[in-house]
Amino acid sequence: MTDPTSPGSASPATPSPADSLGAPKTYKLFVGGAFIRSESGRVAAVHDTNGSVIARVAEASRKDLRDAVTAARGAQPGWAGATPYLRGQILYRVAEMLDGRSTQLAAELEACGASRQAAIDEVTESIDCWVWWAGWADKITQVLGGVNSVAGPFLNVSTPEPTGVVGLCTAAERPLAALSSVLAPALCVGNTAVVVAPLDSALAPLTFGEVLATSDLPKGVANLLVGSHTDLGPWLADHDDVDALDISGVSADLAEDLLARSAGNLKRVAATNGRRSPQTAGEFLDLKTVWHPARL
Amino acid sequence: MTKLPPSSQNRDPVPVAALRRRTVDAYALEARAKELGTRSIKADSQAAANELTIRCMDLTTLEGADTAGRVLALCNRARHPDPTDPSCPPVAAVCVYPSLVRVAVEAVAGSTVKVASVAGAFPSGQSSLANRLDDIATAVADGADEIDIVINRGAFLSGDYELVHAEILAAKAACGQAHLKTILEVGELGSFEAIRWASMIAMGAGSDVIKTSTGKIGVSATPPIALCMAEAIREFEADTGRSVGLKLAGGIRTAKQASHYLVLVNETLGSKWLDPDWFRFGASGLLNDVMLQRRFRSSGRYARPSDLPVD
Repeated sequence: MTDPTSPGSASPATPSPADSLGAPKTYKLFVGGAFIRSESGRVAAVHDTNGSVIARVAEASRKDLRDAVTAARGAQPGWAGATPYLRGQILYRVAEMLDGRSTQLAAELEACGASRQAAIDEVTESIDCWVWWAGWADKITQVLGGVNSVAGPFLNVSTPEPTGVVGLCTAAERPLAALSSVLAPALCVGNTAVVVAPLDSALAPLTFGEVLATSDLPKGVANLLVGSHTDLGPWLADHDDVDALDISGVSADLAEDLLARSAGNLKRVAATNGRRSPQTAGEFLDLKTVWHPARL
Repeated sequence: MTKLPPSSQNRDPVPVAALRRRTVDAYALEARAKELGTRSIKADSQAAANELTIRCMDLTTLEGADTAGRVLALCNRARHPDPTDPSCPPVAAVCVYPSLVRVAVEAVAGSTVKVASVAGAFPSGQSSLANRLDDIATAVADGADEIDIVINRGAFLSGDYELVHAEILAAKAACGQAHLKTILEVGELGSFEAIRWASMIAMGAGSDVIKTSTGKIGVSATPPIALCMAEAIREFEADTGRSVGLKLAGGIRTAKQASHYLVLVNETLGSKWLDPDWFRFGASGLLNDVMLQRRFRSSGRYARPSDLPVD
């Protein structure tokens, strides 16, 4: 951002100006560490406020979602088995990579309707979010776990463990901050994730895939899809191999449907809204309690 | 019980000198195999392909750590691949080591599932002929319906085709009424010409089925190799009037791969081969992927792979 103080200037830095290549960029999905077009072949145009096409975006189908869940499941044991310290390091690396892309991301947010200042603030907030959760990676067990008081000669310990594969339906408003605020806590505690971001503000979330791809995150740990929550949400909720679902970004009507579907396969559902609290990570954790026949 | 191929077939061995040996256009073969793998098989056709894949499957366990318990579990899966769905057909056969044939025979008794046993110093075949024939005879005496042997790759690669032919002939005699499946171990043969020629020798020596591989080395069944062997079977049938079965083993893990192989076999050999008497998949992991597809079709929801048995 060369001149962040002049909002509404005639020509905002659009994300993929057709000047150099002569054609708008096609943003691709991020699945299993690869940038893919949709299996369905669907591509949607993204328009700026004047109605001209500024980019094209691959629109995910249910099979892309299935593939993303398979990739996330495959990556889960390795990511959960990494030391919390290493996970923290990698999350911090995400923040660094995000910082390096801040100009591009702010321009993309602006192109999708944010004011220049709001776009800059959103990127800054997102970077801060990743740093915040990077710090929590090796501390969350101490806060959410513990030694329990029991009426008997036992040592009783509760320790949080990652839920597994989580689905995240993120909001269309402030898309980058919304995505960061639920993805970071989910990854922080050792889950792998499948994100479904809404189509109309998908540029920054998909560029965020390029950030993840360059930040030492193992393949398949985070997978980014864009598409309609109404189309993809039910497949995610019905999927037996998704262990938890965050529905912060969906409408009230759809939320009700997703809750009912998730009950069918005992999936945990939360609407954390990305609140900065250890409890947010707690929504993506299972507490395992062990009785041991000895006292401290 | 599935029927054995008609005994009216002329079963006289064809000597090596009378077999047709020809070159193979590798590029054309690969291009054709690739093209046959692009068919889109959806909905009802996909469901039918999945059923056929199950019916044509040799559910296999060939590990040093195999136990009677493991084989019993495998036999149960073979009889009822999906215990929650009685409409699911049983697989064609279980494939085990000779020492576990008796366990398997008892476990599948009363069902249509056959017992196949690898024999003849599987997987290397590097043992004396007498030992190998004894191995086969023991497995047959224990009740195996089908015997999977490996060809003598050492002899084949050093050009002693008569020896390869003679050994298969001896193995066929040792099988008696049991079906003989001859494993070429294609990954060790080096070229499509060699695979085709080994197929001809194995068929000429009276094999009931030719099989790609043991599954114990890196290279196993691939679409071009399957096509190469299917074309050899077609030519052998045209020359001698005798039909030979095909078994693909190793590396087939997904229902989609399997349905592409079914397309390849149907296009090359015809629909007669889309039957467990004439075509088999040797696999262990494939069944789970087919089960995931079946469950998706019946429930409309994606299933959880870890809900299925490990083996």
